[in-house]
Amino acid sequence: MKEASRIAKRTVFIGGLVLSVAYVLPFVLVFLNAFKPKYDILENPLAWPKTITMDNFTQALQKMDFYRSLTNSVIITVFSVTGLIIFSSMLAYYLARNKNKFTHTTFLILVASMIVPFQALMIPFMSIFAQFVAINNRAALIFFYQGFGIALSTFLYHGFISKIPMDLDEAAAMDGASDMTIFWKIMFPMLRPVTATVAIVNALWIWNDFLLPRLVLTRETQTLPLSTYLFYGQYSTEYGQAMAGLLLAVLPIIVFYLILQKQFISGISQGAVK
Amino acid sequence: MHHGSQLKRFLLFALIPLAIFAAVLIYPFIQGLYLTFTNWDGFAHTKYVGFANYAKSLKDPEFWSTLRFTLKYVLVSLVAINAVAFGLALLVTAKLKSSNLFRTFFFVPNLIGGVVLGVIWQFIFNTALVSIAGKMGWSLFESSWLGDTNTAFWALIIVTVWQSSGYMMIIYITGLISIEQDVLEAARVDGASAARTLWTIKMPLMAQAFTISLFLTLRGGFMAYDVNVALTGGGPFRTTELISMHIFQDAFAFGNFGTGQSKAVLMFIMVATAALIQVTVSKRVEARA
Repeated sequence: MKEASRIAKRTVFIGGLVLSVAYVLPFVLVFLNAFKPKYDILENPLAWPKTITMDNFTQALQKMDFYRSLTNSVIITVFSVTGLIIFSSMLAYYLARNKNKFTHTTFLILVASMIVPFQALMIPFMSIFAQFVAINNRAALIFFYQGFGIALSTFLYHGFISKIPMDLDEAAAMDGASDMTIFWKIMFPMLRPVTATVAIVNALWIWNDFLLPRLVLTRETQTLPLSTYLFYGQYSTEYGQAMAGLLLAVLPIIVFYLILQKQFISGISQGAVK
Repeated sequence: MHHGSQLKRFLLFALIPLAIFAAVLIYPFIQGLYLTFTNWDGFAHTKYVGFANYAKSLKDPEFWSTLRFTLKYVLVSLVAINAVAFGLALLVTAKLKSSNLFRTFFFVPNLIGGVVLGVIWQFIFNTALVSIAGKMGWSLFESSWLGDTNTAFWALIIVTVWQSSGYMMIIYITGLISIEQDVLEAARVDGASAARTLWTIKMPLMAQAFTISLFLTLRGGFMAYDVNVALTGGGPFRTTELISMHIFQDAFAFGNFGTGQSKAVLMFIMVATAALIQVTVSKRVEARA
């Protein structure tokens, strides 16, 4: 019996190991080839680099305008996520604490809207907002993300706030605290676990988003996914440079993930299961 | 709570987010629906045309082949992602010392956007595999999988499963660990086999995880765009365009705003109907479990 379970465990372990390798192999491939000259890649993409060259990185950094794209990605993600946290927590608080027909309907519309694919409105969307986009496309994009992200974020906050007893805000109101003070001083600090979830779920989405930025942004304001796509399209036969570019593109988020792994996993599972 | 403060609260807490939501989502959605019944050319419209745009869309043979390709993609990816994700979840919850490490690895592809993943796999299929196959004499990868509609389909599936299974795995893990230990202990005492416990106890008790994961993969399948664009670019000869890319091309590459938007509305109806059916069926199964 014991022997059998040990063999079973070992089989599971080997299975896990093989699968883990399969899941990471594409990234390893990118990593290995990013340091090779072009002809070494064609000769054997799986081999360890014989001669290590940093030239690929110098080229990729410059051609994909890496620092500018990274800055754009950071600015757009940080402002969008901060805005979403503020707006959706406040809206959710309002909807959860004022139960009437209006708030009930609003909540239902928000939930139902989550099924609408962006593709179903992107065509009129671009003509409606053409002027706004022309004035400041980064600001426009951040504004759009508020609209597209508010439903899920409000939904997540709403579920959590509904479980917090009303006595708490009522007691504070008795003491003469204003609605704003009650929310920001008492309620918001209690929402920290949801805030983490909302931040992670939205940051991943916005950081990696492609379709909307593709429609809205220009060369000067492009984010990392856009510049990676354009760069690869132009230089895909310069394998070494392409791989260096891809490595640069995936690095920021992987580093972030390895540091905040626990928060990521719990954030994702909370965000999905609700 | 008197009326004045009620209004003030609404203005303070809800007005701005709801206004943005209406402007960004509700208004373009309704406007988009309305425009499909006009002769809109992307800038202006002068008259109503009834269902002409829809009729034209439905007569477009490329739209039908896109639809067939999309449905096949949705079905195959749905089954494959969930089977793999559930398997990974079982593996990770098998109480090994390395479980956490495995989980970390399986989740990594999910962090990266579809465009970057698509491009990485384009290199793998077009360059790396072809070069290795040439040396090893593997006929399977001799020419790029992306050059042929049928193999390109499977390339799309492989990348999609690789990308999404880690996310769905997390949902299944949450489901698996929410099952109470006493129930499993009782089954073990009764001498139930591992397979039987899985089938008759674990899976029914975590039915909700299946509902959620199936819903997300269904929706994700219909909306897939990034991997499609970056991996196959719709090629060869627009035969691997999923519906999302087809709509994008129709409107923004060929300037057919009327048919593009009516196809988008049809897509919305399909997604909504499929999701509604799936959730209703899943809930019924959940209730029986």
